[in-house]
Amino acid sequence: MTLDFTHRAEVALRLNGRDLSAVVSPRTTLLDWLRDDIGLTGAKKGCNEGACGTCTVLVDGRRMNGCLTLVVQCEGRSVTTVEGLAADGGELHLVQRAFADHDAFQCGYCTPGQLMSAVACIAEGYATDDDSVREWMSGNICRCSAYPQITAAVLAAAREDAQMREARR
Amino acid sequence: MRDFAYARAGTPESAVGTLADPGTSVIAGGTELLNWFRLGIAAADRVVDIGGLDELRGIAMDGDDLRVGALATLNEIGEHPLVTRTAGALASACLQAASAQIRNRATIGGNVLQRTRCPYFRAEEPLPWPCNKRDPGSGCTSLAGRHERQAIFGWTRDCVAVQPSDPAVALAVLDARADVLGPAGPRTIPMREFHLTQREAAEAGQPMRETRLEPGELITGYRLPASADGQAYVKVRERASYEYAIVSAAASVRLDEARAAGARGQGAAGARGQGAAGAREQRIAAARVALGSVAQRPWRLTAAEAELPGTPLTREALIPVIERAMADAAPLPQNGFKVTMARNAAVRALLTAGGAS
Repeated sequence: MTLDFTHRAEVALRLNGRDLSAVVSPRTTLLDWLRDDIGLTGAKKGCNEGACGTCTVLVDGRRMNGCLTLVVQCEGRSVTTVEGLAADGGELHLVQRAFADHDAFQCGYCTPGQLMSAVACIAEGYATDDDSVREWMSGNICRCSAYPQITAAVLAAAREDAQMREARR
Repeated sequence: MRDFAYARAGTPESAVGTLADPGTSVIAGGTELLNWFRLGIAAADRVVDIGGLDELRGIAMDGDDLRVGALATLNEIGEHPLVTRTAGALASACLQAASAQIRNRATIGGNVLQRTRCPYFRAEEPLPWPCNKRDPGSGCTSLAGRHERQAIFGWTRDCVAVQPSDPAVALAVLDARADVLGPAGPRTIPMREFHLTQREAAEAGQPMRETRLEPGELITGYRLPASADGQAYVKVRERASYEYAIVSAAASVRLDEARAAGARGQGAAGARGQGAAGAREQRIAAARVALGSVAQRPWRLTAAEAELPGTPLTREALIPVIERAMADAAPLPQNGFKVTMARNAAVRALLTAGGAS
């Protein structure tokens, strides 16, 4: 029962709603693949060791660090980046709108990661109060220290999300 | 990161079959391995991916045991109702580890194999200073340098590092066993014996060995005896979230039912959330307690566990018991504060587990 080890690995995945397949060097991280091979530069390469959260993307709906994930580990999975948040017509996702409305950034470098983490934080049900948001958003660092505005934006987006779900019932 | 060859394992056996070659590494979540590769802590010619093995997934009761698959992520464990109900200290330890996005990748199989956060060890190659873990025989820079975060038990002059895993402390206090698959077949390793202090490793003639896992063995899961005892995991750190512990403590407490019934008219399971007034009447029937980030292994306070039955569940009564059990602490010049901090964490974990705080 020997396994075939390869230096050129095939991977098929769904990226922002589109099916893709690629042949990659196995050491390629999801982050490097998105930025260098696909040209999606929203996810940022901040620390490249899992400390800063600027590379946060969703894999099968769960937030993960793109720098700590090999693209070969995403075989058969669905990856969503910040570029996949807005609607096709360009209408912003409600979390993006809340960040703009609340001035939840200064330089904007961490914002793509903050947005992806916020989308997941709300879906997980942890966007309930300031303390919970701060705990469950702690994997995303903002060196400009826009934390109060980010916290307010996440809570506002969560309220709007809940209202929309209620209205759709 | 150096190039490597990659294969997806189809079965646990096929993965183990590749590990006879010491140049092969296993990847599950990858949150540690990829950083080891980047820093030069590990290098592999081949990486075998076990992430697709469904038989290593899942959290379920198996008779009286809670069975947690090696590929269960820290968030899956922390949020699972079976774990919060029967192994609350483990759930709490998992959710206090790392960040939300790392917890979605990091697996419980790999978590206990993470290596020390000692900054001298974690430097990028070429290493600018001696470190016996990175370059055996070169020396320990931390011993003569900064070591305020290092061990107070079990260290040697060759290495003073601590094991930083939060879940490992809970697994040790809950008497979990690791299911392991190796070339000779399956076996189990009690988690309270899984890690080795530097002194234990030296006595065994392998001073840099860190666990009882043999080369070529793979953790496939854990079994924990389900427990209705109150449990807690207390993590003391420099900021409230997303930080390694300075010290931590896990505890499980069963209260004396007869006394508890007299004091509160409820069983032990109802003890959580009771006020301090009722707690004055309560005595411990049985308790387990372990410290984290004080040694290269979770540090069970067995002497305290022998003494705790009959002890009132109060800070005043618990402090001397814990202090006696920690009498053999051997702090380094810069980390004497960890002895006091660990004592207080153990007391707080016991009080919380018993429902008194």
